[in-house]
Formats: sequence, C-alpha cells, structure tokens
Amino acid sequence: MTPVGLPHILFLSSCLFFIGMYGFFTRRNLITILMSLELMLNSVNINFVAFNKYLYPQNLSGIFFTIFIITIAAAEAAVAIAIIINLFRSSNSIDVIDAKEMKH
Amino acid sequence: MNLLLLLILPLISAVAVLVTTTHKQSRTIAAVGSALQLLLCFFLLNQFLDAEKIAGEKVFQFTQHLPWFPSLGIHFDLGVDGISLAMILLTAVVVFAGVLVSFTMEKLHKEFYFLLLLLSLGAYGFFISLDVFAMFFFLEVAVIPKFLLIGIWGSGPKQNSAMKLAIMLMGGSALILVGLLGLYFFSNETGDRTFNLEVLSQFPISYATQLVFFPFLFVGFGVFTALFPFHSWVPDGHSSAPTAASMFLAGISMKLGAYGCLRVATYLMPDAAVYYAPIIILLATIAIFYGAFATLTQTDLKYINAYSSISHCGFVILGIGMLNDIAIRGAIMQMVSHGLMTALFFAAIGMMYQRTHTRLVAQLGGLLKVMPFISAIFIVAGLCSLGLPGFSGFVSEMTIFVGAWSNPNVWYRVATILSCASIVITAVYILRAAGSSVMGPVVNKNYLHLEDATWNEKLAAMVLLAGIVLIGMAPFLLTDLLSPGTEVLLGKITNTL
Amino acid sequence: MTNSTFILLIVGLPFLSFLLLILSSGSKLTQKVAGQIATLLMAVTFFFAAKLSLNYFASHLTQQTAELLVNYTWLEFGSGLAINMGVLLDSSSSMMLLVVTFISLMVHIFSLGYMHHEERIANYFAFLGLFTFSMLGLILSSNIFQIYIFWELVGVSSFLLIGFYYHKSSAVAAAKKAFIVTRFADLGFLIGILILGYYGESFDFTTLISRLGDVNSPQYKQITMAGFAGIQALSWGLILVFIGGAGKSAMFPLHIWLPDAMEGPTPVSALIHAATMVVAGVFLVARLFPIFTVATAAPLQIITYIGAFSALFAALIACTQTDIKRVLAYSTMSQIGFMMFSLGVIGDNGAGYNASLFHLFTHAFFKSLLFLGAGSIIHYVHSNEMEDMGGLRKKMPLTHISFLIACLAISGIPPFAGFFSKEAILHAAYTSNKMVFFVGIITSFLTAFYMFRLYFTIFWSIPEYPKTNEHGEGTWSMKLPLMVLTLASILVGFIPFSKYVNSNGIPVEGHLEIVFSIGPVLLSIAGILLAAYWFKTANTKPQRLAISMGNAFVWVRNKFYIDQLYLYITKEIVFKYFGKTAAYIDKNLIDGFYLSLAHFTGYFSFFIRGIQSGNVQHYALYFFGGILGLVSLLFYLLSY
Repeated sequence: MTPVGLPHILFLSSCLFFIGMYGFFTRRNLITILMSLELMLNSVNINFVAFNKYLYPQNLSGIFFTIFIITIAAAEAAVAIAIIINLFRSSNSIDVIDAKEMKH
Repeated sequence: MNLLLLLILPLISAVAVLVTTTHKQSRTIAAVGSALQLLLCFFLLNQFLDAEKIAGEKVFQFTQHLPWFPSLGIHFDLGVDGISLAMILLTAVVVFAGVLVSFTMEKLHKEFYFLLLLLSLGAYGFFISLDVFAMFFFLEVAVIPKFLLIGIWGSGPKQNSAMKLAIMLMGGSALILVGLLGLYFFSNETGDRTFNLEVLSQFPISYATQLVFFPFLFVGFGVFTALFPFHSWVPDGHSSAPTAASMFLAGISMKLGAYGCLRVATYLMPDAAVYYAPIIILLATIAIFYGAFATLTQTDLKYINAYSSISHCGFVILGIGMLNDIAIRGAIMQMVSHGLMTALFFAAIGMMYQRTHTRLVAQLGGLLKVMPFISAIFIVAGLCSLGLPGFSGFVSEMTIFVGAWSNPNVWYRVATILSCASIVITAVYILRAAGSSVMGPVVNKNYLHLEDATWNEKLAAMVLLAGIVLIGMAPFLLTDLLSPGTEVLLGKITNTL
Repeated sequence: MTNSTFILLIVGLPFLSFLLLILSSGSKLTQKVAGQIATLLMAVTFFFAAKLSLNYFASHLTQQTAELLVNYTWLEFGSGLAINMGVLLDSSSSMMLLVVTFISLMVHIFSLGYMHHEERIANYFAFLGLFTFSMLGLILSSNIFQIYIFWELVGVSSFLLIGFYYHKSSAVAAAKKAFIVTRFADLGFLIGILILGYYGESFDFTTLISRLGDVNSPQYKQITMAGFAGIQALSWGLILVFIGGAGKSAMFPLHIWLPDAMEGPTPVSALIHAATMVVAGVFLVARLFPIFTVATAAPLQIITYIGAFSALFAALIACTQTDIKRVLAYSTMSQIGFMMFSLGVIGDNGAGYNASLFHLFTHAFFKSLLFLGAGSIIHYVHSNEMEDMGGLRKKMPLTHISFLIACLAISGIPPFAGFFSKEAILHAAYTSNKMVFFVGIITSFLTAFYMFRLYFTIFWSIPEYPKTNEHGEGTWSMKLPLMVLTLASILVGFIPFSKYVNSNGIPVEGHLEIVFSIGPVLLSIAGILLAAYWFKTANTKPQRLAISMGNAFVWVRNKFYIDQLYLYITKEIVFKYFGKTAAYIDKNLIDGFYLSLAHFTGYFSFFIRGIQSGNVQHYALYFFGGILGLVSLLFYLLSY
C-alpha cells in the first residue's frame, strides 16, 4: 500500500471542487448554491494545505492563506445570507431564477 | 482683420436668440445676426483683396496661431485663402437666406434659430481652420444641430432620417479621425507631431502612409459630400429637413466634405491622390450619371433636388479626381454654384410646400398663375441647375468639362463624355418637374387663393439669385479669387506627377 | 461713333428691353406700353445694325477680312483655353445681323397687333428681347464657346416663347420637347467643342480656323493623328459640332421638336422657328467651313446626305399635314435641308457655301412672310386647321397677295427671291453630286406642290369664307410687316449676293444660267398646276388619291412614326429601364445595404444583451468557461 501522496490529495480536492461547481450550476436554491460555493472554497483550502505540506514544508504561507480564506468565507457567508434574507423579503423566494434584477 | 470675429458673431447672436421671449424678437435677432455675418464676410472679402495685393507669395491671409492643446501639438491655427473665402461667403449668404425663409416657424422658434446659427458657426470654423484637428472639431460641431433640426422640425419620417444622417455622417467622421491620426503619427516619425496643415504639407509623407490613410480621409469627407456609394443619407435627410436646414445641408454641409477632400486629403497626400484618381473618377461618374437617372422617376420635389444634388456633387468629385488646375478650379466653382443654386431650389420648394402642403409633382400644377414670383424662382433655379449660361451652373460645369477633357487618358475622356451627357438628363428631369408643377393648368382649385411670396422670402431668393447671376455673368471675379489658392494646391500635385 | 459703340447698342438694347420689361412686368402701365417700348428699342437696334452691316459691306467689298471688334476674356481656363466674349464681324455675320434685326423688328411690329389682347404681353416682348439679344450674340460670337453660350440662350428663349401659353399642357410639352431635343444635340456640340479646343489649343474662331484649317500647322497634324474608333479626332469634332447644328436646325432625326414648337404664338414661329434660330446650325457649319473643307470628306458628306434626306423627308410629310403652321414647319425643315446639303457639296469654287447662305438670306424673308401671313389668317379664322379655311382671298386681300408671292418665292418661280438662291443651290449640287441634285429637284417639285396646296385650300377651295370677322384683316401693325416683307421677297433675289458673302473672297461668277434653270422651274410650275388641279375647288380627288395610296399615305401623314419612336425610347426604355432601375438600386441595394447594416448592428446588440441574462449561474458558467479557456491556452502555449 503506497503512502498517501500529493496526487491523492489533489484528486480529492478537485473532486470536491467539481462537486461544488456542479452544485453551483445546477441548484436553484440560493442556500444550496452558497453551500456549493463553500465546498469549492474548501477544496482550495485543501490544496493550499497540501501544497504547503508537500512542496514547501519550511514555509507556513499556505496555512496562513487557508486560515485567511476560512475567515473570508465566514464573512462572505454572513453577507450572502444577509442578501438572501433580504431577497426573500422582497421577492418571497430564494430561487436563483427569480433573482434577475441584475439583468441588462 | 481678426478671423475670430467670424466665430464670435454667430455665437453672440445664437446666445442672444436664446434670451428672447417672443417669436418676433427671436427672428429679428437671428435675421440681424445673419445679416451682420454677411456684411462681415463682405468686409473680410474687401480686406482680403487688399491684403492679397501686398502679400506676394503668401496665400493664407490673416493667419493666427492660438494654443489649444500645445502638449499634443494641437493648435488653433486660423487663416483664409481665396478658396475658403469663397466658401465663407457662400455660408453667409445661405445662412442669411435660410433665416429669412423660416420666418413662419411654428414651434420652438428660439431653439431653431439657435441651432441654425450654431451650424453657421461650425461651418465658419471649419473653413477658417488651418489645423486639421480644429477642422475636425468644427465638422463635428456642424453635425449635431443637423440631427436636431431634422428630428424636431422636419417632416415625413423625420426621426428615421435624422438618425440615418447623423449616423452616416458620424461614420464619415470616424474614418476622418483615423486618417487624421495616421497623418499625425506617421507624417513625421522622428520630429514633432503636428496637425497644422501648412506644416504637414511640408513633410515628406511616405508613399505607403499615403496609400493607407488617403482612402480614410477621402471617403470620410466623401460621406459628407455624397460620394457614391455613401450618399444614402442625402435623399432622406434633405427631404425630411425643414427648408432652412435643407438649404444648409445641401448648400454648405455637402461642401464641407468636398472642401475637406480637397484641402486635407488631396493636398496633403498628392501621391495617393494620383494613385487613387481612377477610382475617384469612376465613383464620381457613377454618382453623376446614376444620380441623374435616379432623379428621373422621383415624384417628390425635394427628392428630385436631393438626387440631383448627388449628381451635381459628383461633378465636384470628378473635378477633384482629375487633378489638374482647370478641373479643380471648376470643382470649387461648382461647390459655390451648387451651394447657391440648391439653396434657392430648396427655398422655392419650401415656399411652395408651406402654401400647398404638398411636394408631390402630380398634386402641384399651374402655380405660375397663382404665385408667379415663387414659380419664377423655381424655374430659374431649375435653369441654373441644368447649366444655362448666364447662371453659375454653366461656368462651373464647363470649367470642369474643359479641365477633365484636357486629361488625354481615354477612360477619363469616356468619364467626361458621360458626365456631359448627364446634363441632358438634368434638363429632362428639371423640365419635367417645372413643367408639371409650376406650368400647365391649375390642378387644384384651392390653390387659386394662395398668396405669393412675402417680402422676407423675396429678399432671401433675391440674395441667392444675385450670387448665382453674378457668378454666371462675371465668372472671372470668382476665378480670380480662387486662382492663387488652386495654384498652391496644384503646385504640390504637379510636383508629384 | 465707333464700331464697338454700335455693337454695344445693337446687343445691349434688346437685352435692355428684356430686363426692363421682365422686371416691371407686374405693373399695369408696363403691360400697356410694353409692345411700344420693345418695338421702339428694336427699331433703334435695327437702325444701328443696318448701319454697321452696310458699313462693313461698303468697306470690305473687295477684301473679305473678318474684323474682331471686341474681345474680352470672360473665363480663363488656362493652357491657352479661354472663353472670350468678343464680336467677330465678317461677311456672314454682317448678313445675319441684318436678317435677324430686320425680321425681329417686323415680328415686333406684327406682334403689336397680334398679341395686343394678351394678358402677359410684357413677358412676351421681354422674351422676344431676350431672344433677339441671344441670337445677335450667337451670330457675332468670336469664340466657339461663346457661340455655345448664346446657343443655349436662344434655346431657352425658344423654350420660354413656345411655352408662352403655359396653362396649355400641349404648349408646355412642346416647349419641353424643343428644349430637351436641342439639348441632346448640344451635347454633341459641347463634346465637339472640347475636342476642337483641346487640339486647336484655343476656342477662338480665328485662331481655330488658322490652326486647324491649315494642313501644315502642328495642331492640324496632331488632331489628324489622334483618333477614336478608327475615325480622326478632327472628323469626330466636326461631326459632333454638326450634331449640335442639326439639333437646332431640325435636321433628321433631331427634327421632331420643330413641328411641335408651333404651339407658340405665330409671330414667334416666324422669328425663331423660321427665319433665325433654326438656321443657326447652317450658320455654325458656315463659320467652321474652312475647317470642314480641309478635313476628311466624311463630315461634309454626312452633312450633305442628312441635309438632302431631311429636305425630301420633310417635303413628303408637308404634303400630308392639315395644320397650316405644321405644313410651314416641315417646309422650313425642308428648306434648311437645302441649305445644309448645299454647304456639304461645296460646289465649284465655294459655290455651295455661297448658295447656302444666299438661300438662308432669302428664305428668312419669304418664310417669315408665310408665317406672319399664317398668323394673320389664324387671327381671322381662330383655327390652325386647313379645313376651317377656304375662300379667304376676298376677305383678306393683302394677306392673299403676300401669301401668294411668298409661295411663288419658296417654289422657286422667277423673279421672286427664292428662285435665285434655289437655282444656285441646285447648280452647286449639279456640279458636285448628281444624286443630291435629283433629290433637290424632286424636293423643289414637292415644295411647289405642298405650298400651293396650302395656298389653294386657304384662299380658294370654296367660293367665299362664310363668316365675316368684325376686326377685319388686322390692324395696320399687322399689315405693315406683311407689305414690307412682300416687297423684300420680291427684291432680295436681285442682290448680287456672292459679291458680298463668299467663302474665300472670290465672288462666284455666273451662278445663274438660264438653260440650267428651265428644268427646275418647269417642274415647280408642274407642282403648282397639280396642286391647282386637286385643291383649287373643293372636291374628293385628294381623298380618293390618299385612300388609293393606302398605308404609304398613313405612314407619311403620321410623320413616319418618328415621334412615337422617340416617345417609346424615352418613356419605355429610358424611364422604365434606366430611371426606374437607378431609383430601385438606390432604394433597395444601396440604401438597403446601410439599412441591413443597421439591422445587423441591432441584432448583434440584441445577441450581446442576451448574454447578460441576470442569472447568476450563467455568469458563473461564463466565468469558469473563461478560466478553462485561459488555462487551455496557457497549456497550449507552454507546451511549445
């Protein structure tokens, strides 16, 4: 049994990324879309950590970035949910199809 | 004399019109303003003739050099020679007549006169500029008022026509801009960049540069002067425009383009002009012949005149394309002559339309009995258009023909013969229009009580007619004025031949 | 007074009359005295013109040099070419000066009576003044471009006068036709001028003639070297100039405007369409005659055959017309044909040239007499149709006598004016071209026939004209010109014309040979007798003959359907196929192109707008698609 190497982790993260992307494109519920977005962000986080660990173990910048992203993601989730709530208040729906005011 | 007066006077009168309250006030101010412009232009002519005597070799008089964007090499250079002076006089006469015939403007009279005076400002600015960038600027100044004049005060499908005119002219401007930038960047790649016409003309612009940028400039200016096949704005634009705007459009606006073709494109890039001359002549011949034929079947008087303008402006292009002294002088004479003649024609049509509310040849008829003055003016304008001796059309067309013929190339001669043939077709459509709209029996009994021209309309017509007859009877006055300018233009072309 | 003052008065007074009357045509007073003013000015003009012309003939009896009295550069083109306004007085222009001012004066006087009831009499006399001015300018021109200018001006005055009754559609149509047909011919003239001027390096007649009329000059060598379609440039130039002349002079096939031009007032027809303007073509060819004689034979041959054909063709048609003015119009065309072929055949020692101008001279008198007589008849009968007339000889004795004399003159019966000039023409033709001579003989027979057909139908035919008109034969102003012109028609033939006017300074000797004249005169008398046999009393003989000729008669009566042919070409071909096509192309192809450009821009913007759906997921898709694209591009680039 080979040890877990960088490719395995990258494979996992890209699976995670594409699952998130798939969700992002296909789901119509804004909450689900937000969750898919989080999945993608997490896949990026995994990448950062993995690259840091395998390629530049002497540095910590990958870890830092991960923490940074987690913080941003939390803030972003807060903002996004605030928007979604406001959207729900105004149009009584959190379906992405109904949110078309940005058009043209 | 300070040429800036030519810009200040229209500006002051335009602003003065805006602060008036009644129609009577606004039209008085507009009329006085345009009359002052006319006087100023005659004063300028007088001064110019004096200055020319002592100037010797110098062609441009009253030159001024004002900074504008000095860091970019853009200056506001002013100066006039005989050619631009003739154009300035034409502008003054047409604008004066245009204001006079629009005394019965029904709505938004203030704005109407304001825009009309603004147009004249643009035209003067264009003709007095010796900096191509300034010329371009004033060319644009003259486009937007046209759009508004047609769109607001026009008739028929006015919005459509206004849009078409503005977009096509803007397209032409875009081409001009490309050409100008080409000149700016490639004329003198090592030294200072400039837009100054005289400085540019001294630069040895490379053959390749000329070949690339000449078409941009020529076609761009050509759009303004109804170069085939970029003439499609002419019929709709002219026929939808109110009378004064039609007069300005056909009388001056089309000349802006021709002047640009000559002064900018041909003068600065003579090698390319020689290279492209066959194409220019081909397009001009098509325009002349095809414009004349297209006129034959028109039924609306304004369309008749608009299509005939395409044909007549074809003569201007033909003269320029022939690239010799006589033909180019003829082209400039044709510009002046056509400006006056077509303005008179549109004025007469406008007066008839205002009274009968129709411009269709079939619905008019026998107007000579009802309104003899207007009808006589119409016939006279027609006779001038078909090149009757004694009117300006004849001398200018003949000068072009003689000039064109002196080019021994067989194909150029074929083009000349075809252009000569078009004067027969001109006779057919003019007589057809005159015969069935002002001669013949009175078609509509309602016309019998219509009034003849009022004093202001008579004055407008007489001013234009005076110009036409003066040039027609004493063409040497005009040729003497133009000759020094054309010699300079030609000096450059003959050097390259 | 110097000659240039004379000229100024001669040319200036008619123009003054025009300006004065047209500018004040609105006032009542002008309408009242217009005729008197114009006639007075014309009389003064005639006086000075006669003086100038007689002076010329008196001083140049032995030597026929041309005098350049005035020369002013009017429009300079450069490279030697310029339109000069000048006055060239030579024998032919002096002769024309006399003719034009005299006939114009007669017509002015006649119009005083004939037109006095017209509303727009001031305009009428103004246009007459304009015409006289332009015609004088034409004949005195020293420059070929100057002649073109006045050529156009006589055209437009003719247009204005034919269309004088502008409320009648037929008059307007006739005026338009006259102008357009002659304009079409003038196109040839203009191009001819351009060719001759370019190679001759001048537009002045004297310079042109001295250069192109001299086989040794470099210009002559150059113009004969150049050519197009296998024909020398010189021939081209001369033929094209002749086309212009043919248009004005109503030569076949450009004659169609002349009969219609009779819609104008009758005195106008007498002046313009009989005596002066229509012979301008002959005058033009005569002006350039020295060049014609040195060129190849082609131009002169064309002139000969077109002239001869027109003479015969018009005479045939004249035999069948029923409108008296139209008969006279075709007769004019036929007589001009005589002048043309006479120029063309050259003859011995310039006899043709001489005979042609002689005929031009005599024809002016008797033809304007015929027209004025016709005017006085129309004035009495109020109709142009021959069938409304008959037996008028007792009601209009003066008109009768003058008309008879004019008919005799045009038929070539001695000792009236036409005899001398016509014999000279026939003699010149006889010595050079037998075929043309025979055509001439036949035509003069026909001339006698149709003129006397006219005469007998109007004045005899029935015992007496049924109605009596209270205004009688007309006022003294209408009678006086008739009397003067009758006198002239009798006398002018005796002038030893060739002594004064000839092509080379040498008078043509003994052009009148009694033996030669017997044949043509007998033929003319036969024509008169035939006309008398058929038309002196009302009978059915002519109708029966016409029916027996069948289709031939119908063809001739309908003028060989030439008008219809022209109408077909203009209406059905030029308008339909050229005009409509050009308008169609403009509306659909060119305008359509720009329209579709606009539409395309619209569609494109609509398409771009569709991308901005507002759906977040779409935007995300573009985003990721973009990244994918960029990444693949990166890989693609890095793999090299």
